[in-house]
Amino acid sequence: MMFIDPHAHMISRVTDDYEAMAASGVVAVIEPAFWVGQPRTHVGTYIDYLSSIIGFERFRAGQFGIRHYCTIGLNSKEANNEELAEAVMEILPQFALKEGVVAIGEIGYDEQTELEDKYFRQQLELAKELDLPVMIHTPHRDKKRGTSRSMDVCEEHGLAPSKIVVDHNNEETVREVLDRGFWAAFSIYPSTKMGNERMVDILGQYGAERIMVDSACDWGISEPLGVAKTAKLALQRGIPEAQVKLACYQNALDAYGQSGQMKEDDWLNPPPVDQRTVYEGNSILRGGRDPVVEESSDRHSTDKLIIK
Amino acid sequence: MINIEVAELLESWLAKRLDHNQRVWFDERLKLLKTANSNKELHITLGFIPRKLPRNDLELSKANLDQANALKPGWDPSDWSIDVAARIAVLCRVADRDPIAFGALFQTLCQTADLSESMTLYRGTAVFPESDRMDKQIAEGLRTNMRAVFEAIAHRNPYPQVNFDQHRWNHMILKALFIDSTLAPIQGLDERANEELAKILCDYAHERWAAGRVVTPELWRCVGPFATGTMIDDLQKVVESTTDNECYAGLFALQASSDPRAATILAQQADKLEQLNQSAITWESITE
Repeated sequence: MMFIDPHAHMISRVTDDYEAMAASGVVAVIEPAFWVGQPRTHVGTYIDYLSSIIGFERFRAGQFGIRHYCTIGLNSKEANNEELAEAVMEILPQFALKEGVVAIGEIGYDEQTELEDKYFRQQLELAKELDLPVMIHTPHRDKKRGTSRSMDVCEEHGLAPSKIVVDHNNEETVREVLDRGFWAAFSIYPSTKMGNERMVDILGQYGAERIMVDSACDWGISEPLGVAKTAKLALQRGIPEAQVKLACYQNALDAYGQSGQMKEDDWLNPPPVDQRTVYEGNSILRGGRDPVVEESSDRHSTDKLIIK
Repeated sequence: MINIEVAELLESWLAKRLDHNQRVWFDERLKLLKTANSNKELHITLGFIPRKLPRNDLELSKANLDQANALKPGWDPSDWSIDVAARIAVLCRVADRDPIAFGALFQTLCQTADLSESMTLYRGTAVFPESDRMDKQIAEGLRTNMRAVFEAIAHRNPYPQVNFDQHRWNHMILKALFIDSTLAPIQGLDERANEELAKILCDYAHERWAAGRVVTPELWRCVGPFATGTMIDDLQKVVESTTDNECYAGLFALQASSDPRAATILAQQADKLEQLNQSAITWESITE
């Protein structure tokens, strides 16, 4: 089975993760621009960060047969540093049309301050101007109201819900997001956002229409196999395969494919120039191994002594 | 002048490969850029090219490649795709308007380039006007670990052979080996071979042997003409290899050496030499 992880901060992950993801069936990842733990204080570091996710990280993923896409945006935390935010807003248009940029994101609210609101709105206008989908980061605190407000603002700016993915949902927010016609993404992130048993229950209750699963793996304690493990668990617990495919592959492709920058052919039938240069081909597509989701753990055992 | 001629040649190839709508879009962008006062239109045009135009290979004929080489010696667009050609055509027109300012523009474009833009920009150095800024940026590009970007500079590009000093040349060759790239597509490989490089490469081979790793047979191509002393010992070891390509590489290298011991070893290896002479093997095929 092929998977897409539509939210993964690969810049913070090691090559073991890429190997494990490829082996588990992941063919594509989307790396949203976000903060990186340590606050940035200069627009220059922001420029280099954005250049990294459109450049080196895309190359790194390609070595493991994984296609890498990204979203470009000013995140809500750093929107509170006004001087930085103003400068970042200036450079965003230069990055938003780069190859593999599938959305403006992840944007939205953190503490729901005035500055966050200001730059959220400006970026929604940018998305409209460039005809790009939007990835919305919903706040961890005051989540339910923050999620509703994010959607209100999108509607106020005249964006179509069909081009907006609302991410980091939970049991409390999903109903409204689906009812209002937005895409609802869930981050399988241990201890904080969502567990995969809860996720399977949600699939059981709501089906998989406009629902997508991601790992949101980053520099924190997180799980790059979140999508593959959720798919496996869902199948085990009787969720129909067609629904698992929607939630773990197809919906992400349909939502972000609206950018024109992400096509199934990118991994199934890549252009010759890519095959020669930037994309090594996926082991799943080459040999069709079954998803391996436990293999990576013993890599860190000191019983495997030989390093060549 | 050369930039306009390059742009015109690229555009003539593109015209045959774009459909009506793509051609109309591209012509409109070119027209717009003629009168644009800021770089904004340029950024948008470059950004939109892979979205609006196909990314297939140009698939140029031998005659096309001859045209390219006649216009700018060493220019080899044999692995260029349509979007690469379109972006470089645009940049050649921009460069023609202000060749001095182009160096700074090239640098800025490289600094914020995505992967395929990087490859395109560095491939373009085959035809772009030379400048100090561009040269510095190329040095920066060589430091990349992204093989495709490195190869956009090193492979099928006359720029290094013409412009690199010996230090940069040698490090490019070494880096090519280090990142598992190949040497054969580097232009001027034999012409720019030098004694310093031969010594560095032999040291590198010894390091690889000590670690139990494979040494690419291509390496000996840059050693042969300067092989003497212990380098001949190295080549003896190579011709005695059980791997055919290694053995042939060693024979080629010894043939290039003027050291009398080289001739002695070649005489001892008469059978293998005969085999090699009967075959169609060249340095180019030894990489494969």
